Amino acid sequence: MDWASTIVQGLLLGGFYALYGIGLSLIFGVMRLVNLAHGDLIVCAAYLSLVLIDVSGLPPLLTLMIVIPGMFGLGVVLQRGVLNRVLGSGPMPPLLITFGISIIIQNGLLLMFTADTQRLPAGSLETASVPLGGWVTVGVLPILNMAIAILAIIGLQQFMGRTDLGRAFRATSDDPTTAELMGIDSKQIYGLAMGASLALIAVAGILLGMRTTFGPSDGPARLIYAFEAVIIGGLGSLWGTFAGGLLLGVAQSIGAAINPGWFQLAGHILALLVLAIRPTGLFARTRDL
Amino acid sequence: MSMLVVDSIEVFYGEFQALFGVNLEVAEGETVAIIGANGAGKTTLLRTIAGVLCPRSGQVLYRGMRIDGHPAYAVTRLGIAMVPEGRKIFPSLSVRENLLIGRQSGRKGPWNIERVFDLFPVLRERADFPGIDLSGGQQQMLAIGRALMSNPDLILMDEISLGLAPVVVRELYETVQEITRAGTTVVIVEQDVTRSLQVADRVYCLLEGEVSLSGRPVDLSREQISLAYFGV
Repeated sequence: MDWASTIVQGLLLGGFYALYGIGLSLIFGVMRLVNLAHGDLIVCAAYLSLVLIDVSGLPPLLTLMIVIPGMFGLGVVLQRGVLNRVLGSGPMPPLLITFGISIIIQNGLLLMFTADTQRLPAGSLETASVPLGGWVTVGVLPILNMAIAILAIIGLQQFMGRTDLGRAFRATSDDPTTAELMGIDSKQIYGLAMGASLALIAVAGILLGMRTTFGPSDGPARLIYAFEAVIIGGLGSLWGTFAGGLLLGVAQSIGAAINPGWFQLAGHILALLVLAIRPTGLFARTRDL
Repeated sequence: MSMLVVDSIEVFYGEFQALFGVNLEVAEGETVAIIGANGAGKTTLLRTIAGVLCPRSGQVLYRGMRIDGHPAYAVTRLGIAMVPEGRKIFPSLSVRENLLIGRQSGRKGPWNIERVFDLFPVLRERADFPGIDLSGGQQQMLAIGRALMSNPDLILMDEISLGLAPVVVRELYETVQEITRAGTTVVIVEQDVTRSLQVADRVYCLLEGEVSLSGRPVDLSREQISLAYFGV
């Protein structure tokens, strides 16, 4: 077994989990909403891309140009049309609704695309790789994904820290009632946050769909990976979630290298260990609420 | 015509009724104080005007337009700003960022961050500290500055003296008078009766959800106010 290669592959796999986790923690941070349909929406983005490829013959990477705004719009509609109606009535109603959406998406996909696993045909890009010296080579797609994850974090931080709209996001997250008194329409903010979250996971969904297969029932596993990235990294810090995703990827990769059946197990064990030893996450900026 | 008219509103928290047919009028440029004991409904009245609460009956008119039932952000964009009880500084925002949030109303006018800094120089010195690291009095200045940043025509101030040392309260009220002299209409909710009588053109006293007394401070005797305030 080549440790260097195992760890590098794990880090790159973790880049996908990092994007899942950032999407999840963005909406939790802004509106304290846990989106149980998060994983299914990731899968949904990959299917959207598949349909576009079938219909238009576009290469998968170019479908991002349509799927990203499409998922953003879906997020805004989902939030403003459905979820905003139940916010503020405790944590249960939004949880139940996103659980229902998750079931609807899974069965809708099953109905339209059958249970067969699919793959986005990326041609030579699928296996394109760059040698890093020695035995270690890395795929172009995971590197692209990693670059997008890093750019997304930097972009989000600049947006939150420097723009009026970003400050409105943070004010709404702190105290929605007072934010409304300042002229901020919190429902609009929530819609934009859900849109941004789905736009982020659309990237991860499509890029991963070009690397591995996906099926209608893959959503819940991806939801768990997103949760684990957030748990390991800690809430409230985008770089923490990023690091959490990478660690999760490395744990899975090492587990799989020891025994192929330990792929998921190793990741879950790491998340449980962090929960047991440091429940706020490894890189949390804890803030008493 | 009055700038703000509150017309016999009844406000409930669930089944509990907090306001019983309250009437109130504020003319442009006026400073009006609402006094009353704890639980008399002062904050409820302000929050209803600001659009946080919706009256079950009665109406709120601003410049002749009904605003009851409007969401709070829409009311703010019409020019009614609120300095909320307990100051409600945004904890994850710096002093400067808390002030910049005031711009969310999208209103143009004389107030900008430099003018607020001129009014409260200590905020300029501490502009890049977290808002909640300020002392209580400074946080209150920040809350007032944040409301001014939205360039309101009417400011609602809820218990700005709460928990502050008398010397700080005196300073704050001097600033409030500066603001009213500049022509901004102010509605103040206050438990400190003496303080409100000094700054207000007119006073309303609330008792158990009803207006028990109103008038100009010079026309009201101590006994009248005390009776209206305590109801005994």
